[in-house]
Order: sequence, then C-alpha cells, then structure tokens
Amino acid sequence: MADIIATNETILVVGGGISGMTAAIEAAECGKQVILIEKGPSVGGRVSQLYKYFPKLCHPTCGLEINLRRLKGNKNVRLLTMTEVSEVSGEAGNYSVTLKTTPRYVNENCTACGACSEVVDAEFDDAYNYGLGKRKGAYLPNKMAYPQRYVLDPQIIGTPDATKAKEACKYDAIDLEMQEESNTITVGAIIWATGWQPYDANKIQPYGYDRIANVITSVEFERLMDPHGPTGGKLLRPSDGKEAKDIAFIQCAGSRDRNYLKHCSRICCMASLKQTTYVRERYADEGKATVYYIDIRAIDRIDDFYQKVKADENVTFIKSKVARIDEDKASGNPILHGVNTEGYHRYANQHDLVVLAVGMEPSVAQDEFPVKVTINEEGFIEQDEANGAIFAAGCSADALDVNRAVQNATASALRAIQVVNRAAGMEG
Amino acid sequence: MADEIKIGAYICQGCGIGDRVDTAQLAQVAQRDAKASIVREHAFLCNAEGVKMIQDDIDNEGVNRVAICACSRRAKTEAFNFEGVAITRGNLREGVIWIRPDTDEARETTQDMADDYVRMAVTEAKYMTPPKGDDNTKYTPKVLIVGGGVSGMTAAVEAAKAGYQCTIVEKSGALGGAAAKAWKRIPQHAPYADPEDTGVAELIKAVEESDKITVHLNSHLTKTSGAPGRFSADITTESGSTTTENFGAIVQASGYFEYDARQLPELGYGKSANVVTQAELDAMAKEADGGPIKTKDGKEVNSVAFIQCAGQRSEKEGHLPYCSGHCCLTSIKQAMYFKDQNPDIDTNVIYTDLRTPGAGGEDFYRSGQQKGITFTKGAVSEVVASGDALEVKFKDLILDEDTSEKVDLVVLATGQVPNSGVDIEAMAAVVEGEEDGAEPEEPTAVQVPVESILNLTYRQGPDVPHLKYGFNDSHFICFPYETRRTGIYTTGPVRRPMDMQQAIEDATGAAMKAIQAIENAAKGRAAHPRSGDLSFPSFRREGCTQCKRCTVECPFGAIDEDEERYPQFNEERCRRCGTCMGACPVRVISFENYSVDSVGQQLKIVDIPDEFEEKPRILALACENDAYPALDMAAMNKVEYSAFVRVIPVRCLGSVNLIWITDALNSGYDGVVMMGCQKGENYQCHFVRGSEIAHVRMSKVDDTLQSLSLEPERVSVHEVAITDIERAPALINEMAETIEKIGMSPFKF
Repeated sequence: MADIIATNETILVVGGGISGMTAAIEAAECGKQVILIEKGPSVGGRVSQLYKYFPKLCHPTCGLEINLRRLKGNKNVRLLTMTEVSEVSGEAGNYSVTLKTTPRYVNENCTACGACSEVVDAEFDDAYNYGLGKRKGAYLPNKMAYPQRYVLDPQIIGTPDATKAKEACKYDAIDLEMQEESNTITVGAIIWATGWQPYDANKIQPYGYDRIANVITSVEFERLMDPHGPTGGKLLRPSDGKEAKDIAFIQCAGSRDRNYLKHCSRICCMASLKQTTYVRERYADEGKATVYYIDIRAIDRIDDFYQKVKADENVTFIKSKVARIDEDKASGNPILHGVNTEGYHRYANQHDLVVLAVGMEPSVAQDEFPVKVTINEEGFIEQDEANGAIFAAGCSADALDVNRAVQNATASALRAIQVVNRAAGMEG
Repeated sequence: MADEIKIGAYICQGCGIGDRVDTAQLAQVAQRDAKASIVREHAFLCNAEGVKMIQDDIDNEGVNRVAICACSRRAKTEAFNFEGVAITRGNLREGVIWIRPDTDEARETTQDMADDYVRMAVTEAKYMTPPKGDDNTKYTPKVLIVGGGVSGMTAAVEAAKAGYQCTIVEKSGALGGAAAKAWKRIPQHAPYADPEDTGVAELIKAVEESDKITVHLNSHLTKTSGAPGRFSADITTESGSTTTENFGAIVQASGYFEYDARQLPELGYGKSANVVTQAELDAMAKEADGGPIKTKDGKEVNSVAFIQCAGQRSEKEGHLPYCSGHCCLTSIKQAMYFKDQNPDIDTNVIYTDLRTPGAGGEDFYRSGQQKGITFTKGAVSEVVASGDALEVKFKDLILDEDTSEKVDLVVLATGQVPNSGVDIEAMAAVVEGEEDGAEPEEPTAVQVPVESILNLTYRQGPDVPHLKYGFNDSHFICFPYETRRTGIYTTGPVRRPMDMQQAIEDATGAAMKAIQAIENAAKGRAAHPRSGDLSFPSFRREGCTQCKRCTVECPFGAIDEDEERYPQFNEERCRRCGTCMGACPVRVISFENYSVDSVGQQLKIVDIPDEFEEKPRILALACENDAYPALDMAAMNKVEYSAFVRVIPVRCLGSVNLIWITDALNSGYDGVVMMGCQKGENYQCHFVRGSEIAHVRMSKVDDTLQSLSLEPERVSVHEVAITDIERAPALINEMAETIEKIGMSPFKF
C-alpha cells in the first residue's frame, strides 16, 4: 500500500458506516481528496444490518446502493478497509496519522466468484447477523458488501481450509502470506465517524438476555426480518424455532438508567414502533405487539408514526419500566414482571418473544481513543475548539437517528473542508 | 459526428463464464451481429492485464466505445472505469450463468441469453456518446442565504469560512431571528446542567466582521431565476429599490411562525395575561435580565405550570398534528429561569411524553429534577382564571385521576409552523381543478400568511415543494438534503421543527451542499443521486409539439417554457433521471449516454426466435437502483429465473418511453415486465414520481395492446424493492408462465 497519496489538503474519514460514507462522499463531490478507512472488511455499517427505516419503512440498502454508486464512481475517495487509526500527531491542517491494516488474505484480484467459500469447511458465528447464524471461514460479509471481495477469517489461517481456499482460487486472489501493515500519512483534517454499538444486553441482568433464549435484542430482531438474514425473513424465536406472534418490546433497555447508559439513545422508541409494524407485516391481525415504555420519544414531525401505531388495535402500550423477566420453563415463554404506572397495576405477562430495545453506546471506549479529543461522560465527542481539526460525525457525536447522523456528517464535511481550503490557501 | 465510432467488445471467460457458454460464439456475435470493431476474449478481464488490454485499445486503436461483457455493471466498476469513452456492460455473470442451472438441457437457452446480452451491450455502446459536459457552465462561488436567523447566519459564516462569498437577505430590520428574542438556550456542552447564553450576539458579530458576507436587511426576494451556478436574484428593500445579483447556490433559512395560541382559548390564552407562550416567557425573561420574572401586571411569580404539547400532537382542527421537538427541553430551560432565581418557586411541567433525547437531553432533564422541577404525566383539559390565580385542570395519568392546580403563571408549549412559502403542489391542484370546473379544495386547518419566499420564475411554481405539514424537508431518510430544486437547500425549522443546536448543525450541512452545488454546476456535473453524470438532456426543437408533458412532469422543475412555448431546459437544475424523455410522445428528448435509441436499439437487436422454436422473449425494464440490484443479489444467491428474459436497467421507470413497449411488442416479444420503486405517499423513487408516472402511462398501454390484438397480461408493471431478491425473479417467472398459458405473440417475423 505504498501508493497512498495524501497531503495536508486530504481529509481522513475514520469509519465507513453511513455517517463516514456520507462525509467522505460529500467532501469528495466538492472536489476534495478523501481517504476513507473502515475497520471491517466492507462499508455500510450498522444501517446495512437493518431491515427497514422508520418512519417511511423503506429499506436502508436502497440508500446504501446510491451511496455505493457514488463511492465507486468517485476517484477522489480512496477506500481502505480492515484499517484503523493507531496514532495521530500534529495539528489542524497538518496531522500525521498512522494507519494499521490487518490482513484480509484476499487481494484485489478477487472477482467474488465464491469458489473459495465453497471449498472451506469451518464455520464461524456471523457477526453481520449478530451471531444468529454461521458463515464460512472464507466469506463475503453480505450481499451488498463493498468492496465486493471475499475475506478469509484469520482463524482458518494455518489450517487445511486456508490451503483449500487458495487452491480453489483461479485468479491468484488469495495471499496467505499477507501481513499486518502500518502506514503513516499526512492529512489536513480528520472526520471521526466510528459510530455506535448496541449496548451489551448481558449487563442488564434482570432481563435475562444471557439466560432466557427468547429474550433478544432489537438489532437481532432486525436480522430476523431481513430476507438475507439467518431465518430468511421469518420471525422464528431462538428456543424452538417457532414463529413468535406475541412479541414484547422493552424500551430503555440499558438507556436512561444510571446503572447502564445514562443517556437516552433517541432511536429506540421509533425503532420499536417500527418493529411493531414488522409483526403486522408478517401476521396481519394474528400478531400482537406490546410496548413497555417510560416516554415515547417520537420526536418532531414523525410523531404521526406513533399516532398511527397507537391506532393499531394489536399494539398495546404499557407505561412501565419492566422490573425483571423470568421464563416459563415448559413453553419457553418469557414472563415480564413489573408495575403499570398508569393506575399502578402489577403485571406478570407472558409473551412468545421479548425484544430489548438496547441503547446506543459509542463504538470506541473513552480510554481507547488514539487521539486527544473532548469526550463527555456518555462517551460522545463534544464539539470543542480544543479538538483542532478532528470533527465527530454521526453517532460519535451523540445518539442520533440516521437522518440526523447524515445531517451531522454533512456538516462535519464542511468543517473539514474549511481546514483543507485554508491549507490550500483558497480562503482569502 | 466528428469522431468516428469505434467499438471494442471485451468478453470475459472468468468466474465460470467460459465454462458455461461458448465465448468464441459470443465474440462472433459481437462482431457479426452487433458490428464491434475490435473483439477480444480474456480469461480474467478485470485483472490488471485485462484492464490494460482495454486501455491499450483505447490509447492505440482509437476505441471510444467499450462494451464489457463480463459481470454486472455493479461489480468491478472501478476496474472498468475508463476516462473519455462510453462504457456499457453485458451482464453475463449475474444476468446469465448465475441464474441458470448448469445442465446440458439448459445450455442452449443459456447461450442464447449470453448472445443477446453481448448484442445488447455492443448496440448500447453504438448509440451512446461519451458525455462531453456542458460548455456553458458558470463558476459563481457565491451563496444566497434567505433569512438572517441562527440558521441563515450559521450557513453564511460556515460557507464564508470555506472561502465562499455569501449574501444574507433578511426581511426584518435586524439579524437574529427568533433566537434573538430568547434569554438563554438549551445547553450544547457537557455537563448540560444549566441554560447557556444564546450565542446570537456572537454569531451576529461573526457575520458583521466577515469580509465575505453581505447583509440586506428589510429586504426580500422579488424574483429568482436561473439555475445552479447562474442564479439571478432581485433583492428588493421595503422602500422598493431593487438590486440584482448573481449566485451559485441558494440556502433557504426562512424559519418558522409562532403557532397562534389564540386558537387555544380552552387553555386560557387571550383570556388571562398570565397565560403566555414559551416565546413570550423568554421575552419576559430577557426583559427581567437576570432579575425575577414578574407577571405582566408586575406581580411576583410563586408558581408556574408548563403545559406541553399545547395545540400540538393533536388531530383537533386548528392544532398541529406533529411534535415540535424542542419544547420539552425549552420548558425545562424556562423552569430553570425560575428555579435558579428562587428555588422556592413551584414549577410543574405537565407532559404526556417527555422528550429529551441524546446525551445532552437526558442530562439536562436530570439537572432539572435536581433543581426541583416537578414533572407530571398528565393531560390538561382546561385553564380557568379564578381571581388572581389560574387553575390548571388535568388528568394525572399516573394516579389515574382528575385533578387541578392553582398557579400564578401558565406557559404554553406551542409549536413551530414552517415559513415555507407557497404550497406549489396545492396551487397546481387548485389550478387543475379550476380548469376541470371543479371546486377548489378546502383550505387546510392551520393558516399562515402565504407569501412566496423565493419568487422563483420556475414554470412549476415560485417556491420549493412542501413535504408534509408544510415543511420543506427532504423525503429521504439517508439523504436529508435531497432537494427537489437543485442547488436550493432549505435549512432550520422551515425543514423540520428544531431547536438552535440542531439548526446550527443543519445549516452547516446545508452550507456544505450549497458549496457542492456551486462546484458541480461549474463542471456540468449532476447532483445526487446520479452524482457526477456529465450528460444533460438535449432536445430537437423541430419535432416538438409543445405538449408540455416534459415541463409538467420534471420532478425537479428543470424545464421552463420559452417565449414561443417550447421547453427550455436548464441543464444545471437537471438530475438526469430521464422522466422528460419518458414523457415525450414524439421522442425529441435524449441524453448523450441514455436515449430512446440506446435502449430501443438494444431491445431490437435481441434475437427473436420464430414461434415454432418455443422460445418466448420477455423484456424486463428494471430500475437501476432497486430492482436491478435485487436481481443481482438473487443471482448471488443462485435464484433461478427464466432464460427467456432480457433485462435492461433504466434510470427510473419514469424514463421509460411508451415506444419501447410498442417496439418490443411489434418486434415479437411475448411479454414486458417493468419494475420500479414504491410509489404513493411513502414513495421510494429518488426521482420522486417516476414509478407513479410509469404506472399511469402504462395504464394507457392497453390501447396499444388492443390495436395489436394482444392480451393485456403481456405487459405488467410492479413496485419492487431492493430487498425483493425472491420476488423480482418470481415476477419474471410469472410472466413466463403467463406466456405459456396464453401462447406466443403472433408478431414474430
């Protein structure tokens, strides 16, 4: 990778989710030189794992397709996958950034023909499906994956599978000798768009995510609906593979709680409201959804989506923070215990499946940032002049929905452009 | 044509193509049937050597049309990205070998399919010209900003920091907008505990100190014409003097109106001076200047009730159906005005859902609780003036009982009504209605003074189209700045209800898009979603019948009419969807890289076997962004579909010209399947109404079918999503089954 050309007029974008892609493409379409790095093997981030968006109920892959086309056609963006930032030094307008690239074991010769995947045996948990399914040790991360290039799981390196994969490739695309690489580049500004991860539901002990098979997270629920997903789009519950028709959604699972995440993750209410429509989509009047909530935060003009869901007779709203969940051993049904605070009624409700609306946690832990920026208690990057020309975009800045994340990423692109234009002497 | 067409056809044998089809035959087909000048087979076309082979032909042999017969156009795009030539793709991998079984039986029809895709790719190349770009583009690095509030000033300051000139046109006599009347704002930095300075004075100072920003106060736009890169705006002052200036792009930050609280008599507004709106309370706080806030008659305030969602989130007539987003946090901020002054003052926020999102929102809420603000989940029914006090009657939703509370002051959290100008679509509907002799529609519930903001001279109306509830928002989740008027970006509360912090972010993003529009316009490049496309519509004036379909149907208002009532294309406004091309009954509109011929000749070159061969032909026209990728992904999953189909990606179903269907049927196709995006209220089409228009147009295809004595089932139109990896192939198979049932077309020659 000796051919990375970057100068103090180059913008580095860290993270290839929708915020990072947006920031990179928007800046590139202004004529700026951009290096976009992504830790994983393909771009698209969390939104590529969603079935639909609220409130339009359209598919995120549609927008991803547009963004990928913009990315493929734009020579101003250089994309580096499997790459992270390990060190940053310097100042606004002149940063020196060390990038670490882990081996993919597959080079650009790959045509995505799939021959390697066919011959390998070992299977691993599929991170794209949040571990709900398996994938081969030689794999394409998903059907929309870009770059459209296979990856060898490092766990098969040194095993017969690796040799088999290499032998199956007619295009000399598999390179088992690939090593971790380190490159230092100069850039003028950095857009930090490392996004979020779902809060670890195991930590919310009273909800039994680690003990009760039929308690899953909201992000896993998205994968069940996806026709590309582990169940081919069916709402099958984990314990017995039966269709789940009576589904409970627990809001603020790990959010708005001093024990877990202090902040409100903003998206979870709308996400659960959206997911109640999945129940209707699959079962029409046969399905039932119950939402346990503190406040329904369907903010601004999309409040009408909440009104629409509320009007659905098969959706029930219970104002309650669920106290604990246990399991009916015979049926595998989770039982929710708590108090409906509207009128103070105790309940012990059984459902087929429980979906925890888990909160958004910044992907990079506070003490793991390779660069000094102002970070708030919740772990999000604050806007601060002390950050120099390092600008947060999307969920690195706050818990944001897609629309706001993209808005924020577009703003960050301008902030970065201001710096590199200054470096270029364009600003008078 | 000045430069001679020289087509190179390149046939890849990789990924199993060479094993499954006879590539020598493909090469022959390319040369003999489709008349490619140079034809080469390659074992592995996308590798460095294959790419070099093509580049050498371009450099040394004068090849200027490249037909790559290999994988889908969605794959290996970067490898096959040659400059200065027209490139087409014959999809032999995802389109042929991956969707057909590898059996001896299937071999012949698979080969037929591949043969046709090669013919089609070469033919498309023949009818394409590499776009040269527009020679008449202008570079005008200057942004016009309408509105001098926080959003407008932010857009100006941020664009100026990137080196661009800005002009702010503000209708009032001062900068600052609504925010200038506020005492403090919701905090924007950790620890999010206390209201903070609004920052408006600083922003005004930044505007005034910038040598790149010009401000016109007491002014508005009386005429805006042109297009990105060459907008011309008449800026008129109150006294009537007008200056005309040129701009590259426009940011519309026209803000919002306060909801008229007089529509809430049940909450006591207008009956008691001590029932005020949030905006009025902020003005009172500003007047108190840090001292105790007093009632209008100068009395001390000991208790305040904040009523959330006043006239909002309500279906009642005259109310706003939406949530204004900021009001919960604003009430917390205002309750703190009292609590910070004197902790003994009772402040009660009565809400149904408290909405304080994000890290800052929840911290601020907690800070409010720590300061002793009461939060009551309740639904207020009435505010009654009783003596000196006000009685707030509400249902306590936690205790499940009706109750009331006496307070000195009531603050109503009323909402934001967008100042978005004329609703051009409602206007068009009224005009159409009048022409039909129908009554104009009843006016909608919430009335605001409707004056045009931009006074565009566009044929389609003077303002940016409204989305919902009068907001000028983008319709798309992933693309908040996807405007329907290229180079004009709305921002701030005119776009969606928002607070200052969001308005600042939003305006910075809008400034970014404005700059991008300026840069794109100068290079003749299309804006999103066909970013970078250098082609633009050209139009053969002699053939035009002035039917106006193109000017009416253009989703982006790109086409005006000239003095002689011919369409006048504004290339810089165009987004290259081709809706005009699809609309034109006399087929005089085309793009260099997409035309009636570039598609029409493809479908004509397909080999149509005679009816005794029992090989029907189905034409599938698939939206390039959703249906086509869905078919590609179906292929990756090895979903099989009929070998009789020939799929052509189209920019939008709206670009489909009826002649393609007529030609297909006339030349012996047995069926036509069209796949576009979701239409209707939640339309998915990024060209707005392409799919819908196509559905309407195709409802008229029955006449054609009738005149040919063909069954109506032979043409079908569908809404297909990118996730329809099973359904899209199934729709093709359905057509194949239908043909089997009703028989082959009699039009095989």
